[in-house]
Amino acid sequence: MVRLEDITLHYGTGEAPALDAVSCALEAGSFTWLTGASGAGKSSLLKLLHLAARPTAGRLFVLGQAVHAARRRDLPGLRRRIGIVFQDVRLLPHLDVLDNVALPLRIAGRREAQLLADAKEMLDWVGLGHRLHDRPEALSGGEQQRVALARAVVARPALLLADEPTAQLDDDQAHRVIALLRQMHRLGSTVIVASHNIALLGEYPAPVLHLAAGRLVDAHEEP
Amino acid sequence: MKSRDPLGLRRALADRLLPMLVAAMALLGSLALGGALAAAGLSARWEGGAAAAIMVQVPPGTDAAGAARRLAALPGVAEATAIDRARMGDLLRPWLGNTESLPLPALVELRLMALDGAEDLAARVQATLPGATVESHGIWVARLLALAGALQRAAWAVLALVVLVAGMMIVVATRAGLAARRGTIAILHDMGATDGMIAGRFAARLAWLSGFGAAIGAGAAAPVLMLLGGMAAPLVGAAAAPPWIGLSVMPPAAALIAWATAQLTVRQWLRSLP
Repeated sequence: MVRLEDITLHYGTGEAPALDAVSCALEAGSFTWLTGASGAGKSSLLKLLHLAARPTAGRLFVLGQAVHAARRRDLPGLRRRIGIVFQDVRLLPHLDVLDNVALPLRIAGRREAQLLADAKEMLDWVGLGHRLHDRPEALSGGEQQRVALARAVVARPALLLADEPTAQLDDDQAHRVIALLRQMHRLGSTVIVASHNIALLGEYPAPVLHLAAGRLVDAHEEP
Repeated sequence: MKSRDPLGLRRALADRLLPMLVAAMALLGSLALGGALAAAGLSARWEGGAAAAIMVQVPPGTDAAGAARRLAALPGVAEATAIDRARMGDLLRPWLGNTESLPLPALVELRLMALDGAEDLAARVQATLPGATVESHGIWVARLLALAGALQRAAWAVLALVVLVAGMMIVVATRAGLAARRGTIAILHDMGATDGMIAGRFAARLAWLSGFGAAIGAGAAAPVLMLLGGMAAPLVGAAAAPPWIGLSVMPPAAALIAWATAQLTVRQWLRSLP
C-alpha cells in the first residue's frame, strides 16, 4: 500500500534534510499514528504521501505506484485516490460547506446530482447536515475540521492522511474527529494520522511511526 | 470540472477591471483598423481613378499627336492622349464661354501605371519635350498617396501594438489572478485537478471577460467610424461604412487571444507544482 525506501527530502541546498533515509512499509487497511516533535518531519512525510512533494532520493510507492519515477501527468489520477485533512483545514472561503465537500467529486468528474447527494451524506455523517449552505467562516474550528474530513473522505479514498487534525480543537471535538477517522479505517481505508497528542495515542491504540530530526527513530506496535 | 466557481474568479477585482481595459484596447484597435482600411481605400481610389492622370502642356508649335506618341514611350506611362481643340473647348466652356477665338495651348493627358514615379516623370517629360510643362496636380496627388500609404502603415502598426498590449495585459491579469488564488489552486491540485482543468477555468473566464470587453469597445467604435466615414465622403465619393467584418471579428479574436494567453501562463505556473 505505502512503502518508503531510503527516502530523503531536501527543501533547499545547504539545509538539513527534512527527511533522512526513511524506510517503512504500511499494509493496506492499516491505521497508523505518525508522531514526533514539531519540525521532526511529520508534515514533510505526509506531503510526500499526498504527492505535494517528490523525494530528493530514495524510492516511494503509494497505492502500488512508484511515485519517485512517475510522470507528472500520471499524478492527478493517483491524488484522487488519496484524501487529506490539513491542520489548518484549508476550506475554500468563497464556497459554502456543501460545495467544499463536493469539490473532490467535481474534480473526479462525477455527475452533479449524484455528487451533491454524496456530499450531503458525508456532511450528515460528520454531523453537519444542517449547515450545508453556510460559509466556512460561520463554523467553529471543530466544525470546520469535520467539514475538511468530510471533503477528504467523500470520494472514498484508498489512503486517508490527516496532519495534526486535532491540534486546534478542544478535547470533545478532537475525540469526535479521531472517532470519524477510526470509522473510515473500519470501512477499509488505510489511515495515517500525524499527531503529537500523546493522550490521544493512548486512547486509540495503533502502530506508531516516530520521527525525530527527519529520521524514523522508532516504529513499534502500541499495546 | 463542472463547479460553482471553485477558483472564485467571478469576484476578483482584476476580473472587473479587465473588460474595461480590453474595451479601451478594442476601441483603439477598431479606430486603427478603420483608419487603416480607409487609408487603403482612399489610396486605391486615387491611384486607380482620374487622379492618376498628369497633364502636359507641349511647347507652342509642337504637334500634339506626335508629342503624345513620344510621351507614350516613356517608362511608367500607360497611355498618352492628345487633347484635341474641340474637347478642350468643351472642358473650358463653363468658365470661358466660346473659346474658338482664344489661343489655347496644346495638351497631352498621360495616364500612369502607378503614381509612385510621378515626380521623376516630370524630369523625363522635360527631357523628351524641352519646354513642355507638367501640371502639378498629379504630383500633388502622388504626395498625398504617399501620405495615405504612411498613414495606412502607421494604423496597422498601432493595431499590432494594441494586440500586443492587450496580450500583455491579459498576462498581467492572469498572473494577478494566480497570485491571489495560489492557495485555492494548491488545494485543487492536491485533490487531483489536472493542469488542464485549472488552466481551462482561468482561460474560459478570461476569454469571456475579454470577449465581452472587446464587444463593448468595438460597439463604441462603430458610431465614431460612421461619423468619420460621413466626414470623409466628399474625399472618397461616398460615405465609407465602418469595417463591420473587422469589428465583428474583434470580440472572438480578443477571446481567443485571452484564452491562449491564459492557458500558456497558467500551465507554465502550474509546472512549478509537483
